[in-house]
Amino acid sequence: MKILVTVAEVAEVEDDFEVDGLAVDDRYLTYDLNEWDDYAVEAAVQIQEAGEDVEVVSVTVGPERADETIRMALAKGVDRAIRVWDDDLAGTEYLDSATKAEILAAVAEEEDPDLVLTGVQSGDSAFGATGVSLAERIGFEWAAVVNDLDYAAGDDEASVRRELEGGVEELTDVETPAVLTIQTGINDPRYASLRGIRQAQSKEIAPKKLADLGLDADVTEGAVSLTELYEPETVSDATVYEGSPEETAGQLADLLRDKGVVEG
Amino acid sequence: MTVLGIAEHRRGDLRDVSFELASVGRELADATDSELHLAVIGGEVEAFADDLDREGVDVIHTIDEGEEFNHDIYVQAVEALHDDLSPDVLLMPHSVNGLDYAPAVASRLSLPLVTDAIGVERDDGLAVTREMYGSKVETVVDVDADRVALTVRPGEWPPVEGTGDADVSAFAVDIDESQVRSTVTGFEEVGGGDVDITDADVLVSVGRGIEEEENLALVEALADTLGATLSSSRPIVDNGWLPKNRQVGQSGKVVTPDVYIAIGISGAVQHVAGMKGAETIVAINDDPSAPIYDLADYGIVDDLFDVVPALIEEFGGEPPEI
Repeated sequence: MKILVTVAEVAEVEDDFEVDGLAVDDRYLTYDLNEWDDYAVEAAVQIQEAGEDVEVVSVTVGPERADETIRMALAKGVDRAIRVWDDDLAGTEYLDSATKAEILAAVAEEEDPDLVLTGVQSGDSAFGATGVSLAERIGFEWAAVVNDLDYAAGDDEASVRRELEGGVEELTDVETPAVLTIQTGINDPRYASLRGIRQAQSKEIAPKKLADLGLDADVTEGAVSLTELYEPETVSDATVYEGSPEETAGQLADLLRDKGVVEG
Repeated sequence: MTVLGIAEHRRGDLRDVSFELASVGRELADATDSELHLAVIGGEVEAFADDLDREGVDVIHTIDEGEEFNHDIYVQAVEALHDDLSPDVLLMPHSVNGLDYAPAVASRLSLPLVTDAIGVERDDGLAVTREMYGSKVETVVDVDADRVALTVRPGEWPPVEGTGDADVSAFAVDIDESQVRSTVTGFEEVGGGDVDITDADVLVSVGRGIEEEENLALVEALADTLGATLSSSRPIVDNGWLPKNRQVGQSGKVVTPDVYIAIGISGAVQHVAGMKGAETIVAINDDPSAPIYDLADYGIVDDLFDVVPALIEEFGGEPPEI
């Protein structure tokens, strides 16, 4: 069987940064594997390790720079990877979840997986919509925000827990093939071993263009466009204690005494 | 024109976001002199309709299918109602269940989807404010389409109140059972255990800034010194450093202590949802622009590894070696 894992390289913004037009200036960005996808990769690799003859394939939509991130997934046990990018995608100002889902759907049609795992959301744009959009497009069943998964290779059903708000979990059985969007905390993602990192160097990252997937540039033309990006105004009216750690700790201690948290 | 909002309920109760969504809906409807319709799917739909009948709601559609949320039924029901009403804006909650059906609905209806809206402005078109990079920036996205689907962040709009005189109408949907491919088998409360952080008067809460599991000893020592209860934000629980019953936030516990001391917690929206009701909030974080300061009453912008030991010593305790 085959598991397709969607992975994204996401940007993290430093504490101090500047905005340049409709983006954060690149000097203040660092790139990494999306946190949620790290858990999805681990979930896929665990199913692979528990069963026989399971291939794990990762797919990402991103520029060549993302190869570094993809290598991390390969080092953790993904067998091979696909990276979709071309000039049309590079020239797109705002890749919304519908566009990503459309591209991933084309990859899924080619790969014909039995299970698709995605992170719940990406740490940068946080749309949280790609996995379920993908499922609907390829006719798979799905479950969103999965924080526990009981599934063995070849099963025709996955039992999942969905993490609802307020400390409540929903227990759901989902027919496969399915797309599951994976929540952080579902497992303990492994570190890439040195051996894994060495092996990853020889694994395939297949570059694909939209045309290779039977798509044309129209797929990037959505109705949603980014028109503003700015640092939100701070609305803090907190009393901030000033001074050395001993001085500020002293002021906070006074407050806690005043509040009756601690006597004396 | 019509704005349609889909209410959310769980285990017999409408969730607050249903009334907040009605508030956004009214705002959008007023901008174009439209009607605000709400729909409620499954469960005690008549009783839910009574509760949803608040000021500014024009029509409530009841769809009596299923007891609890099932996304396969929701997708079919919303699709059918959307086909019938042709609303120009479809509003759904940006909740866990919203995430489980809204993208599928938008995809099926070929609607542009903008998620996690924290602001909306409607003039010629629709401009939606949302956040990126963990709340460090805000963005505005314009939607150039006659029809759109939006998910709305819980807690951003006041709930609609007052009593309304909405028309309540039952809407029948012919559910295709072959397309119901998931079954909810139950619910479980998680995070029981020996400590109930919702009972605590004083919480010392620790977040990602603590860096390593062994460093937790520092905040544990502070909690001991203050006679406080230890809680945490999500990453600490995800890492397995503290059990789930200690997690404060949207998916953890909602707490309302007298004093909440947030240590190394940035203040992501999911965390804030669980602790904003604290009477006094103190933040210790070395990033002055961390969102936690938007909420804090008192703050120390400094390295927690310097401040917390000093605070323990202030009360005669001895900070652990870390």
